[in-house]
Amino acid sequence: MNNPEKIKVPGSHVPGPEKLYEKRKGVYPQKIDGPFRRFKWFVMFVTLTIYYGTPWLRWDRGPYAPDQAVLVDLAHRRFYMFGIEIWPHEFYFVAGLLIMAGIGLFLVTSAVGRAWCGYSCPQTVWTDLFQHIDRFIDGDRNAQMRLAKAPWGPQKIFKRTLKYSIYLLISFWTGGAWIMYFADAPTLTHDFWTGQAAPVAYATVAVLTATTFLLGGFAREQVCIYMCPWPRIQTAMLDEKSLIVTYKDWRGEKRGSLKKAEKSPGEYGDCIDCNQCVAVCPTGYDIRNGPDIACITCGLCIDACDRVMKEVGRPRGLIDYATLEDNKREAAGETPRPVWKTILHLRTLIYLSVWGGLGLALLFALGTRNHTDITIAQDRNPPFMLMSDGSVRNAYTLKLRNMESRPRKMEVAIEGLPGAVMWSEDMPREAAARKIVRDVPADEIDTMRAYVVVPEGARSQKFTFTLRSLDEKGESDSGQTNFEAPGSEE
Amino acid sequence: MTDIKHDGPRIDEATGVETVGHEWDGIEELNNPLPRWWILSFYACILWAIAYCIAYPAWPMISSATQGVLGWTSRGELAKEMQAQEKERAANVAALADMPIEQLPGNPALMRAAVAGGRAAFKVNCVQCHGSGAAGSKGYPNLNDDDWLWGGDLKAIETTLIHGIRQPGDDQTRFSQMPSFGRDGILTPAQVSAVTNHVLSLSSKAKDSPAGAQLFAENCAVCHGPAGKGMREFGAPNLTDAIWLYGGSRQDVIASVTNAHAGVMPAWGNRLDPVTVKMLAAYVHSLGGGEDFTEQAAPAAPATPAEQTNEQP
Repeated sequence: MNNPEKIKVPGSHVPGPEKLYEKRKGVYPQKIDGPFRRFKWFVMFVTLTIYYGTPWLRWDRGPYAPDQAVLVDLAHRRFYMFGIEIWPHEFYFVAGLLIMAGIGLFLVTSAVGRAWCGYSCPQTVWTDLFQHIDRFIDGDRNAQMRLAKAPWGPQKIFKRTLKYSIYLLISFWTGGAWIMYFADAPTLTHDFWTGQAAPVAYATVAVLTATTFLLGGFAREQVCIYMCPWPRIQTAMLDEKSLIVTYKDWRGEKRGSLKKAEKSPGEYGDCIDCNQCVAVCPTGYDIRNGPDIACITCGLCIDACDRVMKEVGRPRGLIDYATLEDNKREAAGETPRPVWKTILHLRTLIYLSVWGGLGLALLFALGTRNHTDITIAQDRNPPFMLMSDGSVRNAYTLKLRNMESRPRKMEVAIEGLPGAVMWSEDMPREAAARKIVRDVPADEIDTMRAYVVVPEGARSQKFTFTLRSLDEKGESDSGQTNFEAPGSEE
Repeated sequence: MTDIKHDGPRIDEATGVETVGHEWDGIEELNNPLPRWWILSFYACILWAIAYCIAYPAWPMISSATQGVLGWTSRGELAKEMQAQEKERAANVAALADMPIEQLPGNPALMRAAVAGGRAAFKVNCVQCHGSGAAGSKGYPNLNDDDWLWGGDLKAIETTLIHGIRQPGDDQTRFSQMPSFGRDGILTPAQVSAVTNHVLSLSSKAKDSPAGAQLFAENCAVCHGPAGKGMREFGAPNLTDAIWLYGGSRQDVIASVTNAHAGVMPAWGNRLDPVTVKMLAAYVHSLGGGEDFTEQAAPAAPATPAEQTNEQP
């Protein structure tokens, strides 16, 4: 029907049909071992442990708050992270963390290139995990390729079913782990399996299972090459001073097998064209073509090439982490700069200072924040009220915020406004005073009506409500508001 | 401008695709088929539309639209939501129905629910006279203040609400009648002026005279009390305070004495259910001027156990 072979790029004058669509070429990365592979194992272990395990950590906050160490409690609008509790009005802490994460990516990119992409990006980690499962079920690269080409038969059906089931299981576990961050994990797990969890929990798990299954099981490197914006941003951030995986063409070219090199010594470089670097690449890229979006700088080709170089008795590092500048310098016979010099260049230091400054500012704000807060809303309808003794009353709705996870006594007081006294909705007017003590429940906002009355002859003026916690902390907050009184009219 | 060639479709050389056979100023269109995903979505939309027309009200007819086999209506949806709301409130409504209003302050949660319900009912039934902020206006009492004609505790407010003020046909309605002293010739204009002076003197707004005091004692003290402090049995306002329902200027008071006022309020017991009336009473009481219930409530509710409940002393 819609045959792409028939479509021709207008004006390209290339004879014959040209494809605008390229079918995905399967990537079947070969097993490899080496320092970078081990580092990748390590990062995968750490990141997956953090992801799957964090919701199960407990953190005692006393009887008035949940005991889950990391909890995004959307229902009650609280965000818990170990000893820190964030209220919705303090969301700037979360925003700050997100900005830090963004600048952190810049920082990492500036210092060590696409290390995020190569090791700790979830897409990379899960793709890596799924590729291990491929090898576990289908065998290594060649077996996988054979199986892919093989016609459908009992064995292929069995292997595919088994593999996709494992994919699904991991995807389900991944989706299931995500929702644990939003509710008490043990309770939610129980509710989930007994059908009592909220529909949104099932929907979230279903969606995340599907995305993990598709993105990790099938889309894989296409996410990095076609979908992800980050590689595109990074191309603007990388320059000849950036640490990236570099094929040292001056040393490798011209490529030739060992036999050829034996026949005509001197003509060929160190690269024996064994294609091992391509075989192990998780995105199927040939690093010898130079830097590219497809290279996520995981270093597996370095492991592969180093092993081959060792076998053929040539020095390691034909493919290596190096800046393009150093590559040129090395080609010219100079010694490359030490890696720490590469890392500590000006741009990196600027990112580091911005990132660190932001972090310190957040920490400072976190350390000095007030756990007591008052907001005042004055009644507008009616703005003031004449009482039978001629005094004038204004009404206010006060919100007293107790951000500690324990009940506290708090004192609300009028500052300014001579002669004024107040009472609240739950006390008699006779008990009116300039100060009222309230019991504010743990981790809650206490809403209080304050009726402020000023003796006859009051004038409109500004005054202040102050709130003080009657505990060893003695925190306080205050807010200014207006007192309205009738004007000159009788 | 349009130049349609009639030699029909031909195969385009460059692409090998058939043209549609039309030409517009030299521009031809290739007859590429629609993408399969697009055409399938299109068919799916058609199927959906047909199913929708069958299932839901869709086609306008002469008097109404087609009904749809699912029987869905927007009114039905509203009724369902209202029912759900009612179900949610059922517990509170039942508790309020059973509880004598004097005991309401003993149950702060129920009190809050009642105040919230009353606020909503007030907006529908009461704002027309008392204003959206319950601040009233001339002749319509302000419900926020601490001045009550017929009593400001929960029970008194509830009674006023149920039976109304000066409602014929309700034998428990709040009733009193001030004579029109001037209009009916009970007092001469000079006497009206003198008694007005006395009334204003009670809140130090005018100079009193012995004649005025004498007239007040003879004509007004029966209801307003010898000191002018008012009397709630008759809804007689306190004349010594700062609040004047019909205005506190000399002219206003002369007008009141001459013609008398007799404000009315509907008997809401005939129009609203007892629970809504209780909610309204709770709301009005909560506006800042509510008084404590002082009578002994216990004998009134022997059936309900212990919890005799005025929170405040």
